[in-house]
Amino acid sequence: MKLITAVVKPHRLDEIKEALQAFGVQGLTVTEASGYGRQRGHTEVYRGAEYTVDLVPKIRIEVLVEDDDAEQLVDVVVKAARTGKIGDGKVWSVPVETAVRVRTGERGPDAL
Amino acid sequence: MPPGITIAADAPQLSAANTGFMLICSALVMLMTPGLAFFYGGMVRVKSTLNMLMMSFISLGIVTILWVLYGFSIAFGTDHGSLFGWSSDYVGLSGIGLNELWDGYTIPVYVFAVFQLMFAIITPALISGALADRVKFTAWALFVALWATVVYFPVAHWVWGAGGWAFELGVIDFAGGTAVHINAGAAALGVILVIGKRVGFKKDPMRPHSLPLVMLGAALLWFGWFGFNAGSWLGNDDGVGAMMFLNTQVATAAAMLAWLAYEKIRHGAFTTLGAASGAVAGLVAITPSGGSVSPLGAIAVGAIAGLLCAMAVGLKFKFGYDDSLDVVGVHLVGGVVGSLLVGFFATGGVQSDAKGLFYGGGLDQLGKQAAGVGAVLAYSLIASAILALLVDKTIGMRVSEDEEVGGIDQVQHAETAYDFSGAGGGTAPRTASVPGPPAQDAGKAANEKNKRVDV
Repeated sequence: MKLITAVVKPHRLDEIKEALQAFGVQGLTVTEASGYGRQRGHTEVYRGAEYTVDLVPKIRIEVLVEDDDAEQLVDVVVKAARTGKIGDGKVWSVPVETAVRVRTGERGPDAL
Repeated sequence: MPPGITIAADAPQLSAANTGFMLICSALVMLMTPGLAFFYGGMVRVKSTLNMLMMSFISLGIVTILWVLYGFSIAFGTDHGSLFGWSSDYVGLSGIGLNELWDGYTIPVYVFAVFQLMFAIITPALISGALADRVKFTAWALFVALWATVVYFPVAHWVWGAGGWAFELGVIDFAGGTAVHINAGAAALGVILVIGKRVGFKKDPMRPHSLPLVMLGAALLWFGWFGFNAGSWLGNDDGVGAMMFLNTQVATAAAMLAWLAYEKIRHGAFTTLGAASGAVAGLVAITPSGGSVSPLGAIAVGAIAGLLCAMAVGLKFKFGYDDSLDVVGVHLVGGVVGSLLVGFFATGGVQSDAKGLFYGGGLDQLGKQAAGVGAVLAYSLIASAILALLVDKTIGMRVSEDEEVGGIDQVQHAETAYDFSGAGGGTAPRTASVPGPPAQDAGKAANEKNKRVDV
């Protein structure tokens, strides 16, 4: 199994959800997040005093998938998240040792 | 009134219309103080929101009581040496008849006292914006009481009281540019020179936490200011109040636009805080001058004040004094600009015969205005610094550095403004303060609970 994590622009959430559903993903977790990449946030001005706001709002989407689907699913997320502008985010996948469905106790791919 | 019957000009009668108008104006001015609280409250960080609100709100309590006890007497009692007033009838507001009219006007003394009370309340509250985040609440309360007594009441007498030196000199201060705004702005400067900067000034970000709150506050101020200015003619039967109302609107609009234009050119954006600040700068500037200038003059006064105040608020970073919310930059500068512009733009046809430089009056009125501005500024600055020093040496002005960094709301008020906690709240009620069944019924309640479980 793999955990795919995407930290992306909040307004792309709907497109990503739809793309994941079309792919057949059963469930996902979404968290509000903040962070910055190379663009380093933005500047705000209050009565002439400038403030650099480093951390900009993002959402973090997490999906557990079977190994065979992982590469393809990363591409699906990237495609749905892309606007072509700076700050589009990152997507990565990492191996997962165990997954358990809490209700039934099923383990491994059956728990997805 | 039937034709043929006239009332002698030197014996005014109580006017129900003017009395009603002035009571409404007083209520409008009262609303400015909570408005100011929101204006300031939105500009501070989350951790000091409530303290900022309370510093304005407490003035409604303290100054009201002092005003009744002796404030009205010092400000508007019989003159003593052109410096302060005192009339024993006014002590406790106890020797005043219901129908007794304020000398020369058609409203009762009580109405005048109530209207002026609202001015006395908001003026010390204005100072608090400079002291955000760092002053003990007890120290602030003591300072308000001392400052109102030593500075506000006498200065109000100078400017508005019969026999007060500025009044006699002919300084024009229609609704409080000198007595309220220069007075509060200079006091703010005096106090911050004593108490020093916030921890992290110029290093930590100190962004306003809620610009909608700032906007709400500015809007309430703007609304209440109509009472402040239009009411200052103490009646409504010759059009001056209406003129003042119009000028208030015009100057405020011009100042907001000027501030925004300056910001757009200088910083690249039209900001919400700029719009709110520009509006307040315009309101401040038209306060002394609105009864003397034409509507076109009001546009000039507003635009000049908006521009100069927008430029002035950056000075605190240059000079290194921490006027947290720009009380000096907006109220002192705006008040000085508005008061001095009377000397340029007074038309001589509205409130007083005095004409400004641009209307053929020469430098005479400008000189009088400068004298009023200079004297109030100097007295308030020095007296306020001394009072702050006095409070600091006795009970201490500032909270500890730890408390300041942790947030003044929690340590001074045992509250926080917003509940941002997720995951169940993270707080548990203390049993002592939670209403529940009385102790003797506890066993019964437990039995009933068991019964329900059995079923």
